[in-house]
Amino acid sequence: MFSLTDFTLSVFEGQVFGLLGPNGAGKTTLISMLCGLIKPTSGHFTINGLTYSENDTEIKKIIGVVPQEYALYPTLTARENLMYFGSMYGLKGKRLKEKVDENLHLLGLFKFADKRIETFSGGMKRRINLIAGIMHNPRLLFLDEPTVGVDVQSRNAIISYLKKLNEDGMTIIYTSHHLSEAEDFCTDIAIIDRGRMYAHATPANLIAKTHNARNLEDVFIALTGKELRDDI
Amino acid sequence: MIYKLYMSVLKEFLLLKRDMGGVIILFIMPLVLIIAVTLIQDSTFKTVSDAKIPILLVNNDNGKVSQEVYQNLEKSEVFTVITKIDGQAITEIQAKEAVFKGKYQLAIIIPQNLSADLQSKIDQNVGKILSNFGMADTLSGKIPQKAIAQKEVKLYFDPAVQMSFKNAVMSSVDKMISQIETKSIYAAFQDQLGEDTAAFEQESFITFKEIVPKVGNKEIIPNSVQHNVPAWTLFAIFFIVIPLSINMIKEKSQGTFVRLHTNPVPNVIVMGGKTIMYLIICMIQFYMMVAVAVFLFPHLGLPALNVEGNLVLMSIVALFSGFAAIGLGILIGTVAKTQEQSAPFGSTFTIILAAIGGVWVPVFAMPEFMQHIAKSSPMNWGLNAFYDVLLRHASIIDIVPEISLLFLFFLLTITIALLYDKKKRTV
Repeated sequence: MFSLTDFTLSVFEGQVFGLLGPNGAGKTTLISMLCGLIKPTSGHFTINGLTYSENDTEIKKIIGVVPQEYALYPTLTARENLMYFGSMYGLKGKRLKEKVDENLHLLGLFKFADKRIETFSGGMKRRINLIAGIMHNPRLLFLDEPTVGVDVQSRNAIISYLKKLNEDGMTIIYTSHHLSEAEDFCTDIAIIDRGRMYAHATPANLIAKTHNARNLEDVFIALTGKELRDDI
Repeated sequence: MIYKLYMSVLKEFLLLKRDMGGVIILFIMPLVLIIAVTLIQDSTFKTVSDAKIPILLVNNDNGKVSQEVYQNLEKSEVFTVITKIDGQAITEIQAKEAVFKGKYQLAIIIPQNLSADLQSKIDQNVGKILSNFGMADTLSGKIPQKAIAQKEVKLYFDPAVQMSFKNAVMSSVDKMISQIETKSIYAAFQDQLGEDTAAFEQESFITFKEIVPKVGNKEIIPNSVQHNVPAWTLFAIFFIVIPLSINMIKEKSQGTFVRLHTNPVPNVIVMGGKTIMYLIICMIQFYMMVAVAVFLFPHLGLPALNVEGNLVLMSIVALFSGFAAIGLGILIGTVAKTQEQSAPFGSTFTIILAAIGGVWVPVFAMPEFMQHIAKSSPMNWGLNAFYDVLLRHASIIDIVPEISLLFLFFLLTITIALLYDKKKRTV
């Protein structure tokens, strides 16, 4: 893992900000820091003008996190999982139940609400994972590879839903290895590698600025190279 | 905050409910443990006619002394004395071989002419004493003059028998032989002085009486159940560290722990949910074990656990012991990375805490340096508190030091776990 060096970045309200990079580039480290999971040894950042050292709970109330792992209890039902994680965000009673049902409906999982997560397919788990991170309507949503390992239908459902959330005002910071998905979904993209930022612009600008690039994949290869990343 | 705590407890309850196999193990195994251990330990102390230990007696003497040894051993109701195999008197070589191969646990070899030589030796000594008192002319018989060699009663033990059994048998045989010698000395004096047999009382002048604590006017006699139930209950309570640490490691590997760290919920609520749920389990375990000891033990031929007037204090001790066990479980679950690390470590560490805490061997019987180490085991604090309540009839004030230590142990382990987790999350 490369630590992040000389890294300066601003994400504005309403953006869908894509963090792209090869394996080991530092994407998950950056997201983990921004979510308050790990603390940087130097440097600082603010979220909505707040820092974790002084306003940990306030920041956590306005962010939502959808980790790369399913991060669900396999032996609990979808509803039990969502009721629990929703309650941790301060939702309760009728409002909590409504939020759970509403999101299950929107992502096509209502009829499976009382089934255990361990019986779900990868795509279904990804959708529940997403709901668990957005039930409290966060202002800023962190998504770490939210569509990895899912079928096309589930991916469509997830991205469509995320677009709708963004239209409603939610800012999204997102990592992915699906470059065409990122090209379509993100308003801004930063390409990072070995802990450094190589480029930062809109997808169209990145393609335009890169010699002979027809799409984001060409930009990505041009900036990070074709070398395999098998570091342990 | 209360609602978050409630939901955390509910989540832990649901997780446990969905693992019925685990729950059954959690409740059934301590019961099996306590029944098995108490049955075994009770029979060690109790003289049960159908649990006599067969021993070999090689009688090379065939005199009065060996006859008396035989009768005393039979009378003891602990041993079945075997003097013949296949209708033939046992030889020392046969006895030694049978015992060393583990077929029998003990063989007693009575040497040749023990009775006659003992009598001669006593007559010599008595004669000398009476002569020294100028009573040589009153002697009724002639004093034997020949030198008499010391006699040796040999004991062969199965090498597998425990030292405590060995010591108990050796002390019993020693006592038996001493009594026979004393009796013979009295008889020799009577004989030499020509006194009537009633002149010397041969009953022990000094006897022992155990004074036991009383509650009101009722004597409370400790039995193996009063000792075993608290000790093994504590042992079972501490085994909660295994499912609890596994629960935490699963949360880490599933990613739910990461999600919880990004939620606006203090760690104390997450840990609080676990602590409350697992404390409930500890208390259910405790009450089940007490119920078994009170109601089932008498049906198994064991004395019932006497909880009269002690249940509230016992519950307090169990509750605080549960806190200590949960703190340890949370610490192990935080530090360990895999179930393969936490489960063997948790179980072995619990056994070590039990061993040094005095669950198996009483602390007073340990070497001095181990007695100091024993004081650092939370199981020792819990055990002492239980003994204070059950056997020493202590009040709540008397157990405050022990339960305070148990709670401090909980606070210390939780603090270390939280600090370790915080440190681990710094890049």
